[in-house]
Amino acid sequence: MALRTMLTRKIVGSGLGIGLLQSRSLQTVALPDLAYDYGSLEPVISGEIMQLHHQKHHQSYVTNYNKALEQLSDAIVKGDASTVVKLQAAIKFNGGGHINHSIFWKNLAPVSVGGGEPPKDSLGWAIDLHFGSVEALIQKINNEGAALQGSGWVWLGVDKELKKLVVETTANQDPLVTKGLSLVPLLGIDVWEHAYYLQYKNVKPDYLKNIWKVVDWKYASHVYEKEFPKS
Amino acid sequence: MQIFLHLKNGILNESFISSFKCSVQMKCISRRTELGWDIRIKCSSLPHLQKVEHYGLRRAPKVVAYYGLKRPPYKLDALEPYMSQKTLEMHWGEHHRGYVEVLNKHLGKNDILYGYTMDELVKVTYNNGNPLPEFNDAAQVYNHDFFWESMQPGGGDSPKLGLLRQLEKDFGSFTNFKENFIEAAITLFGSGWVWLVLKRKEKRLAVVKTSNAVSPIVWDDIPIICLDLWEHAYYLDYKNDRGKYANVFMNHLVSWHAATARICRAQSFVNLGEPKIPVA
Repeated sequence: MALRTMLTRKIVGSGLGIGLLQSRSLQTVALPDLAYDYGSLEPVISGEIMQLHHQKHHQSYVTNYNKALEQLSDAIVKGDASTVVKLQAAIKFNGGGHINHSIFWKNLAPVSVGGGEPPKDSLGWAIDLHFGSVEALIQKINNEGAALQGSGWVWLGVDKELKKLVVETTANQDPLVTKGLSLVPLLGIDVWEHAYYLQYKNVKPDYLKNIWKVVDWKYASHVYEKEFPKS
Repeated sequence: MQIFLHLKNGILNESFISSFKCSVQMKCISRRTELGWDIRIKCSSLPHLQKVEHYGLRRAPKVVAYYGLKRPPYKLDALEPYMSQKTLEMHWGEHHRGYVEVLNKHLGKNDILYGYTMDELVKVTYNNGNPLPEFNDAAQVYNHDFFWESMQPGGGDSPKLGLLRQLEKDFGSFTNFKENFIEAAITLFGSGWVWLVLKRKEKRLAVVKTSNAVSPIVWDDIPIICLDLWEHAYYLDYKNDRGKYANVFMNHLVSWHAATARICRAQSFVNLGEPKIPVA
């Protein structure tokens, strides 16, 4: 079965319902493609997990978000305030799930294309300034991730206004902005059990230790430099 | 020095107590709680156990008993093929055991929480919505104990007699209740639990969703059955298919015997009205 997942190509996003909805000028979301094969992050993250994570979990967030969006637009048009408010939880959860996972796929890269290479340039200096070293930052993120109860995410973000790096956790699928409106996510690590259970079982610390081997610091640097362009 | 021995529905071992080589004053407090008997024994006037090495005295065994890992009431492979042995080995052997060990470690550092029964500990550490750090582990131990006992090999089917009548009264029909329960399981966001509870104030059954480690006993309701919806409970068997897991639970795993026993006990605390005695 592992062989089959490694040979499986990435799936194009589902276009179901987009035609119908666009006639009402409602912008729905679609499942983004991965820039790499499901099996290319082995042995850090198994191809089976990547496939399930992308094709089932992320897809269900996309589907449910689109559904909730359609119900929301109906309720807004009808002026049904109580339904609008009731749908907020579903939108936050599924929309957050879509946003977070979209960032997550870009945060990972196979070793062959630079996954795991430590950060350089402005992000590297900022990390050394705020945390002392990349190792210290990794240690901090891993500790926060391991201590998180239940489902959630652990983030490396940058505060746009205060111009400093922060390590934050969010519960369930809450995006980083729920912890601060000026926070921009650079790196997110999914610590929901579905992200590691089939491979690491309950040993979350091992997952956190190993994932750094496939983290794409280049993408994080890219986001950081967009926020704080080099003068 | 005081050491509390706490036993939850356990058997007191006489020789264990007499192994303390000192004069021991024992005060035995036994109390009936909703989920069974609780026996607390307070031993006082024990010798100092800390610094005795250089006096050549034989150290009395430093025995402290907190909470133990309760076995499920069936073998770990008894729930196949609906819940695999692998899942039970991981879920009970690693997750549940881990919670017990962390809880005992917490209690070892701070004796302010000694002497509670499991459900009292959960309520106290919940601290009315501002949970203490021990809450997560205490509550998860309680929840998992409850969960194993809510299932049985050859479970499912439907409840009978009084429980069935009460379910029909509060949900319309048993099928309606089942749909309600499964719907709650599917729509729960993140990790948590789904419960069938007897609400004390409303005097009726209801389906309740809770997040992470919370359980309805913190709101003083009486749980009847529960379903673990943390991903570790079903991921190995059903991957992401929560709906299938919930269906299988309802149709093949849930123990209505346990549920009936619990609602019978609950009725001594909540008045569910007069029984319907048919008129001749």
